[in-house]
Amino acid sequence: MDAAIAFTLNGKPQTISPDPDRPLLEVLREDLHLTGTKFGCGEGACRACTVLINNQPTPSCITPISAVEGQTVLTIEGLARDGKLHPVQEAFLAEGAFQCGYCTAGMIMGAAGVMKGNPGAHETEIMAELQRHICRCGSYVKYRAAIRRVVGLTQIEKRQA
Amino acid sequence: MKTETPDRGTPPLDDPVDFGGPADSFGYDFGLTRRSFTKLLGGGLMLAVGLHAKSPAQESGQRSHGGFLGTGARTLAARIHLGTDGTITVMAGKVEGGQGARAELTQAAAEELRVPASQVQMILADTSLVPDDGMTAGSGTTPRTVPAVRQGAAAARNLLIGYACSQWEVEPAALEVRDGKIVHGTSRRAVSYADLAKSADVARQFERAIPAGVELTPVKEWRVMGTPVLRPNAREIVAGTRQFPSDVTRPGMFYGKILRPPAYGAKLLSIDTTTAKAMKDLTVVQDDQFVGVVARNSSTALDALAALAKTAKWENAPAPQPSSKDLAAYLKQNAEGGVPANPFATDLAGAKSLHQTYYVPYIQHAPLEPRAAVAEWTDGKLTVWTGSQNPFGIRNELARAFHLREDDVRVLIPDFGAAFGGKHTGECAVEAARLAKTAGKPVSLRWSREEEFTWAYFRPAAVIDAEASLDPHGKIATWHFININSGPNAVDTPYSIPKKDCQFVASKPPLRHGSYRGLAATANNFAREVFMDELAARAGADPLDFRMAHLQDPRLRAVLECAANEFRWSDRAKQKSADIGVGLACGVEKGSYVAACVEVSLDHARGKLKVNRICEAYECGAIVNPANLLSQVQGAVVMGLGAALREEVQFENGKILNDSFGRYLVPRFDDVPEIEIHLIDRPDLPSAGAGETPIIAIAPAIANAVYSATGKSVLSLPVRFT
Repeated sequence: MDAAIAFTLNGKPQTISPDPDRPLLEVLREDLHLTGTKFGCGEGACRACTVLINNQPTPSCITPISAVEGQTVLTIEGLARDGKLHPVQEAFLAEGAFQCGYCTAGMIMGAAGVMKGNPGAHETEIMAELQRHICRCGSYVKYRAAIRRVVGLTQIEKRQA
Repeated sequence: MKTETPDRGTPPLDDPVDFGGPADSFGYDFGLTRRSFTKLLGGGLMLAVGLHAKSPAQESGQRSHGGFLGTGARTLAARIHLGTDGTITVMAGKVEGGQGARAELTQAAAEELRVPASQVQMILADTSLVPDDGMTAGSGTTPRTVPAVRQGAAAARNLLIGYACSQWEVEPAALEVRDGKIVHGTSRRAVSYADLAKSADVARQFERAIPAGVELTPVKEWRVMGTPVLRPNAREIVAGTRQFPSDVTRPGMFYGKILRPPAYGAKLLSIDTTTAKAMKDLTVVQDDQFVGVVARNSSTALDALAALAKTAKWENAPAPQPSSKDLAAYLKQNAEGGVPANPFATDLAGAKSLHQTYYVPYIQHAPLEPRAAVAEWTDGKLTVWTGSQNPFGIRNELARAFHLREDDVRVLIPDFGAAFGGKHTGECAVEAARLAKTAGKPVSLRWSREEEFTWAYFRPAAVIDAEASLDPHGKIATWHFININSGPNAVDTPYSIPKKDCQFVASKPPLRHGSYRGLAATANNFAREVFMDELAARAGADPLDFRMAHLQDPRLRAVLECAANEFRWSDRAKQKSADIGVGLACGVEKGSYVAACVEVSLDHARGKLKVNRICEAYECGAIVNPANLLSQVQGAVVMGLGAALREEVQFENGKILNDSFGRYLVPRFDDVPEIEIHLIDRPDLPSAGAGETPIIAIAPAIANAVYSATGKSVLSLPVRFT
């Protein structure tokens, strides 16, 4: 029996006992049935598998499950609050930014992670993070528009606050 | 001696070959008497051409079941279901892989039914529920399936009108159809599709064939078509709740992995499965050359497979095998019947002429979701969920591999993670089904990125031989253009040339190749448009003027003029230097028209090429969904950039050398220049598909931009300038 690993997953405590070397991505998808996070390459090169660990965008395909012991993990399924989409999700939806949508969750988590780390993040900071991601459909133009939209919205919200 | 246009390389438009029919399948056969699959491992991919003879219907271009065009809906009920609760369900055999079929087919139905798009529920690609609308390929959904769905929906609307007329004894002219209701203005009576659904008489009429020639709504009256309808399940995509084929989960499902040969053509001589077979919760499947494992999770399956692989003994295919380094010479040497000679050779004497040979390498589609399938057997019947462009074809493939009746196989294609022509075949579905059969439980099989890079098929490599001569006025007099290996799409030239000879010649492809976005049009358009610039230079003409002087087709002229004007071609062409180049290219394929202008920067010291700006004009008739069309064109431009700048499959001794995203570099955000797209709407013309053609002008425009700066011919892709 493998040792228990305890962490916070999408705001709730989670304790499981998988083989500690298994990738976080696989445990999320196959054991916990959170399939919103996607496999794209298995080597952290496409970032379709991005989740937030302590708000840091992280490729879950090369992160062993043992590494999240005591950490806070957020997946795409945990990003919306009470059925209300996160501003990044809203912006991607408003721009119709994706084509096949397979990279979308990773892109959204990458952008949301930067914004959680720095709520006033500039577009260039977010784009620097998203440079790690691949969209094979080539929806980059609309994705960039979505980022511009969300950065603009965030700045408006800050001014209003 | 030929003096007129032979055009032997261009088949008729409806010939499936023109669209690059399915790549050859692995040829799995898990029958009781012939437990083998000799095609993949025994013979290797060297022999992978022509494994499956085409059916007579395919040969003759008729609509066959599971064929390129499909059979269509045999009855109205097969296309549309009206619920007594008011729900409207429309069924189509097309798939959604990001190209926008779901939105456009929803619009098509909503338009003719006179309901908002949000009221139509669209079921795609479940072979038990939908009509066989053929493969989702060849940009066929817009010109063929959208009209088919409109026909059905308009027929349903007419039935509703007829029903109202008979109920109220009024003339159709007194009725108005809006928001899914028939309203009689003067009496204020109304009936809806829900009322219609309750009529036994209407139900009988739904069992009849959809009448031919039903009048469709003219473009100028479109309310839903022609608007930017969002993909209907868009919210699920951003919420992460949409299930892709990789995400399908069944009760009691396990995970599979397949043992792959160490190189193409390697044959498995022996393997020791005893240790693995003794492991708890692990199933080992060996069926001649096919070896796979099924475990509770993917890591366990991978570990077991790695242990098994250590016991495997292989016999490699005979050396030497062709490598990517000597591919151009190899394809030329193996051209079937040799490379045809220029029939206009005598015209070359005394004329300005040019002979060039162009090379386009193999590239990979690399859809972000690798092949994935979940297979489940119930009482000898098989259900498979997978990502593919060919639901009915894959049903055939499964039925063939397991010797089942087609009716005992159900294939469902959830909206999946892209294809670009790369998912015509069902090898992953067959493999999952074979594993599930022995495991006795549902199995999910998901290919790794390395498997996708190696065992999926490729866009064919091409060698193109081009020779032309100019007349004393600087116009092209003769044109000889031979595509070796990659196909006939767009091999003919759209330019007016008195004597031309355009042909496709097959070769002996060392890798398994198949369809791709635009297929051979990418290679043919690259070579032709680059050759045009070199000829323009010899004629002392500007590339734009030179093209215009040879172009009659008003649609092609229009996109070229649009792109050139928006790019300010004449100003920019004057400003070019050794460090800044500008280039343009145009083309027509599958009934749509494209032209692109680009500006590049060349860093000679570092050998770096950067694309600064792309301006593309595109015209595909009446625009069905401008937002989706823009996405398709932008996406094709970006994909075209990848092929122009970096993508090239490298292989040696039967192994792919760059089988990862770390080594096969696809475009990322930083690669994307300023992209300006001009969509020309032509409501007076039928709508053509747009998933492919926008890609074909990008690589040649970039190559021409480099040529304009350096004066050195660009003869191969990816573009190099040092």
